[in-house]
Amino acid sequence: MKINKFVIGGLLILAAVVFLIVNATAGSAQYFMTVDELVAKGSDAVDKNVRVSGAVIGDTIQYDPQTLTLTFEVAHVPAEQAELEDEGGLAEALHEAVMDPARTRIPVVYVGVKPDLLRHEAQAIVTGSLGADGIFHAEELLLKCPTRYEEAVPDQAGN
Amino acid sequence: MIANLGFGVLLVTFFVTLYSLLTAAFSNPKAFARLFRSIPTPRTQRWANDLEKLDTPQRAASMVESARRAMLLTFPLISLAAGLLIYLLVNDHYEVQFVYQVTSRSMPTYLKVTAWWGGQAGSLLFWSWLMSAFASLVTLRKWDRDREFLPWVIFVACFTLAFFIGMTTFYENPFKQFYQTPTGVEAYFLQPANSILFTPQDGNGLNPLLRHPGMIVHPPMLYLGFVSFVIPFAFAIAALITGRTDDRWIRLTRRWALWAWLFLTLGLVLGGRWAYDVLGWGGYWGWDPVEIAAFMPWLTGTAFLHSVMIQEKRGMLKHWNMILVILTYDLVIFGTFLTRSGVLSSVHAFAQSAIGPLFFTYIAITFIASVALVIYRWGELNAEAEMHSLLSREALFLFNNLLFMSILVVCFWGVIYPLTSELFTGAKVTVGPAFYERANGPLFAALLFLMGIAPLSAWGHSTLKTLGRAAWKPTIVAVIVTAALYALYTKNVYALIGFFLVAFVILITLYEYWRGARARQKSKNENIFTAFWNLTGRDRRRYGGYIIHLSMALMAIGILGIELFQIETQGTLELNQRVSLGGYDVEYRDIARFTGPDGREVTRAVLGVYQNGQYLGDLHPRIDYYFDAQQTMTIPGQRATMKDDLYILLVNWEPAAATGATFKIYVNPLVNWLWMGSLLFLLGIFIAAWPDKDPQRVAVRVEKSVRQVSAAD
Repeated sequence: MKINKFVIGGLLILAAVVFLIVNATAGSAQYFMTVDELVAKGSDAVDKNVRVSGAVIGDTIQYDPQTLTLTFEVAHVPAEQAELEDEGGLAEALHEAVMDPARTRIPVVYVGVKPDLLRHEAQAIVTGSLGADGIFHAEELLLKCPTRYEEAVPDQAGN
Repeated sequence: MIANLGFGVLLVTFFVTLYSLLTAAFSNPKAFARLFRSIPTPRTQRWANDLEKLDTPQRAASMVESARRAMLLTFPLISLAAGLLIYLLVNDHYEVQFVYQVTSRSMPTYLKVTAWWGGQAGSLLFWSWLMSAFASLVTLRKWDRDREFLPWVIFVACFTLAFFIGMTTFYENPFKQFYQTPTGVEAYFLQPANSILFTPQDGNGLNPLLRHPGMIVHPPMLYLGFVSFVIPFAFAIAALITGRTDDRWIRLTRRWALWAWLFLTLGLVLGGRWAYDVLGWGGYWGWDPVEIAAFMPWLTGTAFLHSVMIQEKRGMLKHWNMILVILTYDLVIFGTFLTRSGVLSSVHAFAQSAIGPLFFTYIAITFIASVALVIYRWGELNAEAEMHSLLSREALFLFNNLLFMSILVVCFWGVIYPLTSELFTGAKVTVGPAFYERANGPLFAALLFLMGIAPLSAWGHSTLKTLGRAAWKPTIVAVIVTAALYALYTKNVYALIGFFLVAFVILITLYEYWRGARARQKSKNENIFTAFWNLTGRDRRRYGGYIIHLSMALMAIGILGIELFQIETQGTLELNQRVSLGGYDVEYRDIARFTGPDGREVTRAVLGVYQNGQYLGDLHPRIDYYFDAQQTMTIPGQRATMKDDLYILLVNWEPAAATGATFKIYVNPLVNWLWMGSLLFLLGIFIAAWPDKDPQRVAVRVEKSVRQVSAAD
């Protein structure tokens, strides 16, 4: 009897935690995709909450401080670590992505403060959904700039 | 030259550490003899015999002493290496790769020093330095009664140290230099043939986000917390190996665990404060994988601090405590790795390298070996008493532990979910802050509830009746407070539940404190203040704990405030134009752009703040642009009160266009309580952890009296 009530108590807590995790996961899971995958899905992807990573094209960055509307385009970068290594690391992969006109690109719209790290060849991780108009509406915008801080060898290298 | 010297020192340190750990291990051939004895082949039996012959007390004592001295030698050695690295950092030796990566000429000296832990290689060296300092401290204590622990504590400390020093020496060496070879510039340990030293003109500079006074305290605090948790782990393993599985190891390391917990908590809070002051997104905690990585050992550490009390008072949960300390240790290693590796995309990922597999191998080995030891000693760790009542203090502590573990599981799930989902479904799925908030919210609420109830319960047995008798008065007051908040402040159900629980904890804790002081006042005939003072002094662990509980409740107020009631607005203002938010009127007065001394261009706005027509002062949000890093940094203007914070970001200003400047304005209610709570937390932990006058004697006394008082305590 004594053991039982502790076992029951433990099981109840376990059940509650499993419920909380499942419930919260279902409520906030976001699919992580590359630009290619998103575009390949086409109309299936419209209005689904997804997270997309791409390389920022510097020339396309436009910011309207009146409305805080930020628009830019991102180009496809591979998501797999192995593919990134093949291209010579993240920095090199981002560089190739923005230089290659054949890469798939999508326009992104974000309303809010322009992030400090947004610039040419930065990696943008945008969370939001693809509209029917083909524009990605981002609710969240994260940026990574590997070019500078993980540069292990000075610019002169190899020249 | 200096870099080569540094590399040499690291190499020597590595071998000294290896020597120390091997000598410590072999000072005790009996352990190995026992191991061989258990394998029934003639050869292993012969080995066992030989080993037993080697085991003489003199030999053991001299080997342990030798290991101890080698251990003590690592501290000056690593200090020397660190000193050399700092010399290189401060004096702009950009031929050294690490210096090139983390400093630049325009950085002030204090930041050049803190750049020591601004990159992976330096962080690992910093970690090793702390590890060596703590291990030396612990081996310098008097060991009279605990001689048998000493070699194994040295062994575990040196094993950990060897891993980190080895990593620093062979994989992430901060002393690598650039050499120009026919094929290009590359960083090497030693000068390759046909090459000349290559010295860049200037360095990359520390990431601007790290150029902040917070850099002096936040990373060291976290690392102090991380590293000091190694000591309780070392003692736990020593207890398991020697078979001295009573609670001696817990008593010896209780203060270490408390200080570790203090540093870890402070590290987390300071990180939050830094984010709030510098990162400019109006928040303090983003459920970033790296934050979670530092939060996970905090969770197991907190559970550990609670559950060791059950072992000390009741002789229960011995297996559990071992598991907790092992988990904490491996989560600390995992956290160190995550904070620096860039495995998961995060604000903290300032470095990337290939040391991941090494870290995971190390974690796997230490975890499996430690758990195997626990299983080996399983029978000796059985509980001395049985749990009877669901409402007894030990049962409530157990629930508290389960809740901490549940939060850990939620966090771990969130961190590894992208990896597992990819493995099983092929699609990479991530979860954001919403996941953690939804899953952890109820668990935090339950923890608060327990924080209120548990101090009222008795060891062994409590009933609803006894708990009710102690709790009904504070509960009624908490209900009244909540009703008043409902009428005056908010109708948000989550907020009301939260505030009720906070009031419940604070009132019960204060009431308990007051009842204790009153009882003392009557029996000892002291005035109420002396009674409070003496009460705290007599049982500092309990009353320090109460103060920590109070501080957690205060922090909860701040978290509820900013999470549930934050309001914001944004817009472009012309000069002298006003905007209002949350009872504040903000007037855009002036803006200026100038070049700062340390290679940055500062754009600084001046805003006047008014409330009910009354002028309160100016705020200066600014944008700093760092030339060397080509990066901007948005620094908010803040005005903090206990009621709310006004938090203004300068978003954009173009000097050429006459369109005014764009601002984003937040009002963050109650967030100051979070920082106030952390100050109270400091006080509580000092009370709980401050060394007694004679720890040895006190420990003995407590040990003798504990069984008698346990029922009444």
